[in-house]
Amino acid sequence: MKLLLSLLLLSCSLWSQAQKAVSGTVKDSRGKVLPGVSITLKDTYDGATADSLGRFSFNTTEGGKQVLIASMMGYKSLELPLDLQATLSPLNLALKEDITEMKAVVISAGSFEAGDRKKGTVLTSIDIATTASGNADITGALKTLPGAQQVGESEGLFVRGGTAAETKTFIDGTLVNNFFFSSVPNVAQRSRFSPFIFKGTVFSTGGYSALYGQALSSALILESIDLPEQASANLGISMIGFSGGYQSLAKNKKSSFGGNYSYSDLRPAFSLIKQQQDFFQTPLFHNADFNFRIKTSHTGILKYYGYFNWSRLGFTTPSLDTLGYNDLFRLKNINTYHNLSWRESLGRGWKLQTGISFTYNRDTARSGLASEKQEEVLVKGMEFRNLGWNNRSEYFNAKLVLEKKLKGLSALRFGSELNQVDEQPLFTLYDGTRFSGKIRDNITAVFSEADVYLTNNLAAKVGGRLEHSSLMERTNLAPRVSVAYKVGSNGQASLAYGQFYQNPETRYLNGPTTLNFMRATHYIAQYQKVANDRTLRLELFQKDYDNLVKTSLQNNREMANSNKGFGYARGFEAFWRDKRTVKNLDYWVSYSYLDTERDFLNYPTAIQPSFAAKHTASVVVKRFVTQWKTGFNAAYNFNSPRPFFFIAPNGNGGNKFLDRGETPPYHNLSFSLNYLPALGKGGAKQSTVLVLSVSNILGLHQEYGRRYSFNGQRFEAILPPAKRFVFIGAFISFGVDRSQDVINSNL
Amino acid sequence: MKKIFFLSLLLFAFGFGNAQSERYLKTMEAKVAAIDTTYNPAGLVELANTFERIGDAEKTQWLPYYYAALAHVNSGLMQMNGGSVDAAKTDPIADKAEAALNKAAALTPDNAEVQILRKMIANLRMMGDPMNRFMTYGQQGAQALAKAKTLNPDNPRIYMLEAQDKFYTPEQFGGSKAEAKTLFETAMQKFASFKPESSLHPQWGKRTVQYFIAQAK
Repeated sequence: MKLLLSLLLLSCSLWSQAQKAVSGTVKDSRGKVLPGVSITLKDTYDGATADSLGRFSFNTTEGGKQVLIASMMGYKSLELPLDLQATLSPLNLALKEDITEMKAVVISAGSFEAGDRKKGTVLTSIDIATTASGNADITGALKTLPGAQQVGESEGLFVRGGTAAETKTFIDGTLVNNFFFSSVPNVAQRSRFSPFIFKGTVFSTGGYSALYGQALSSALILESIDLPEQASANLGISMIGFSGGYQSLAKNKKSSFGGNYSYSDLRPAFSLIKQQQDFFQTPLFHNADFNFRIKTSHTGILKYYGYFNWSRLGFTTPSLDTLGYNDLFRLKNINTYHNLSWRESLGRGWKLQTGISFTYNRDTARSGLASEKQEEVLVKGMEFRNLGWNNRSEYFNAKLVLEKKLKGLSALRFGSELNQVDEQPLFTLYDGTRFSGKIRDNITAVFSEADVYLTNNLAAKVGGRLEHSSLMERTNLAPRVSVAYKVGSNGQASLAYGQFYQNPETRYLNGPTTLNFMRATHYIAQYQKVANDRTLRLELFQKDYDNLVKTSLQNNREMANSNKGFGYARGFEAFWRDKRTVKNLDYWVSYSYLDTERDFLNYPTAIQPSFAAKHTASVVVKRFVTQWKTGFNAAYNFNSPRPFFFIAPNGNGGNKFLDRGETPPYHNLSFSLNYLPALGKGGAKQSTVLVLSVSNILGLHQEYGRRYSFNGQRFEAILPPAKRFVFIGAFISFGVDRSQDVINSNL
Repeated sequence: MKKIFFLSLLLFAFGFGNAQSERYLKTMEAKVAAIDTTYNPAGLVELANTFERIGDAEKTQWLPYYYAALAHVNSGLMQMNGGSVDAAKTDPIADKAEAALNKAAALTPDNAEVQILRKMIANLRMMGDPMNRFMTYGQQGAQALAKAKTLNPDNPRIYMLEAQDKFYTPEQFGGSKAEAKTLFETAMQKFASFKPESSLHPQWGKRTVQYFIAQAK
């Protein structure tokens, strides 16, 4: 027995004395050497790290059957049984790549992402707010990206030959119905929401996901901020008004609430800066918003944002119909928007994102002829020009998306959406005759989409969307596919195809003609390279339109008569951004070539529409000079001539052109400056930002097209409301150093 | 006979266990010393891998994981070039450091040293894109340091990191060389009275502080 024991002990110590060499090389599945791989004998200290040639070797005193593990981040770990009693020849190990977010391609055809940490980000939220020509308006900044037109006479994003109505905006997943302030003839309006409240922006100029519908051309997808970093209060004063707000944050950092109020009156500004329009009521706005955000769990958050706005304005411009008279326009608007959203991880790879939003909007407006004293008058033979309308609309939107994570980065998403439209327009003619329309439509949709990552280099998104409109009693099915392939270490190529359906605008829906969905088919090819603070994007696209609405004049009203409109848009776009070449200087350049024609509404034939220019370009430059505590931003926007025309009935039931032409090319150079006097007083609990911004600094002549008299015989160029607009303001925040934010908001 | 057998077995087991622990001490001592003298990223990665092996083999020791995280962070910080790093390279390093540190944290909850490393990882991430990440990681780092202070206000490395922040932040953004110097001196005083729990417990940083104090003169 003793002998046995001592033998046992001896052999044990013999084992531990015996040194055995283990060596080999590690490669990836394609035979490329992998330096830095960690090689370990499981549960022992012994191992090594692969050198620059993927080689490793180490000695071990372990014996018997062991397990060798080779591991490296981004690769699947490899376990290899090893018998240390046997003779060992050098090992050849091959590691398989793991599909990871860091390395995988991003399906990006057609979309520009602006977020803080996401990959594939082209612009951050900060960039959006500091773009000189953007005037702190989200859409203003997006107009410096390829795909968007520089239309100045009306609001909205005109994307790749599409109308503004073909772009839809979504906040936290749900559709926003009155994203812009109510239209005013020939003056583009701003978007209603401050860029401050969003942390992420995706601007898709085509080929977007099946989660979004009812947009033929483009989707603007905004994600609101979660909990703030700290509680704070802010005050602002500028030449257009004042604002104040407070944002609280619970001690446990699990909930927050806040609100803001702003009052804007453009009277002082308009008395200094002459406007094209002669205002008898300068634009006046009361704006209030409220929010709360509650963490419902470690992963979940419930968010509410509520918005109230009251505004009014009234002006006249010299009438083209009757000399010596004025055209009058007066508008009062009440708008309220509420959005409640909830996102939560349900465990086992399931995620829920749901939200509801409600909008109430009322426009009370009048237009007609007025005397020189700006009093409304009836002119014989022109009485029909005097018209009032009171449009009340309510919208309710709900959306639910479920996501299931599959192997690797692959995921399956599906859900449903409801967009309820209730519009009650009421028109009053000069003689008191009233006619009202009533439109109720429930657009219901179900959708499903799968992200399939085959390898880190190849991914596809395949989806479909089924939609039904209760008003038209029609259903459509829209397939969407996109594929991304990695080219080289930082480049990727993507292809996208998709069909997109949209209801005709509601104003065409209450006629006698039964309409169908309008349709666009997108084909997109993209190349993108992002490396070292430089981004290059090249995109080719083709878009075919079917079933556009055609209209004709019935009893002096433009009514839809068929879905026989059609069109196409094709083009090439380039984007280049560089933050590296010149130190502290950040700039981007974008260019779009657009070839488009369409036959819709009252067009006699297919023509290039008035909202499309062949060439559009922007250059945006930003620089912050720390010694001067000042940021300088400049932007230059250009577009080649845009067409304008006047269409009148030809007497045979069709239409003809009475006038056709092109605007001169458009140039605009804008500049803005942010000065932070408190910068450098480290830890200051209060910070001030002074903002100065000037549009069209060179005072160049800009024309947006022509406005015509009722009979088309007389016309006049549509000019910007002011040749040059200057904005000056001061913004103070307390509690937290928000200087960075405030500079960026500009307003 | 049976007794002897069990006794021997016990002795054997004890001896074996003791040998393990001796081995742990010896290996760790050599490797912990190496962290102070390794100045190239590849060497640090190798060290980090070694520490992770030790951690995985020991299973109950937080120090190997702690040092693995430290070696990763240091290798990331070495990529620094003019105040910023290439996030594509350093984010995966920060991920590795964080993974190792989470293992350490699971073994020693409420440890100031772990919080201090959290701050360093936040710094590394922030440098990947300072303009856009400042709000998130600046805050995250500050919170980790605040927590470290509540856990052990006498840890000199807290003040050293605070001082470095002050030192490197431009004056326009709240930095101050003078305030940095005061903080470095506080760190130095804390180092003078700081007693690590064992020779293997973290005690690095003194030389860095000396260097900065010399710089500030």
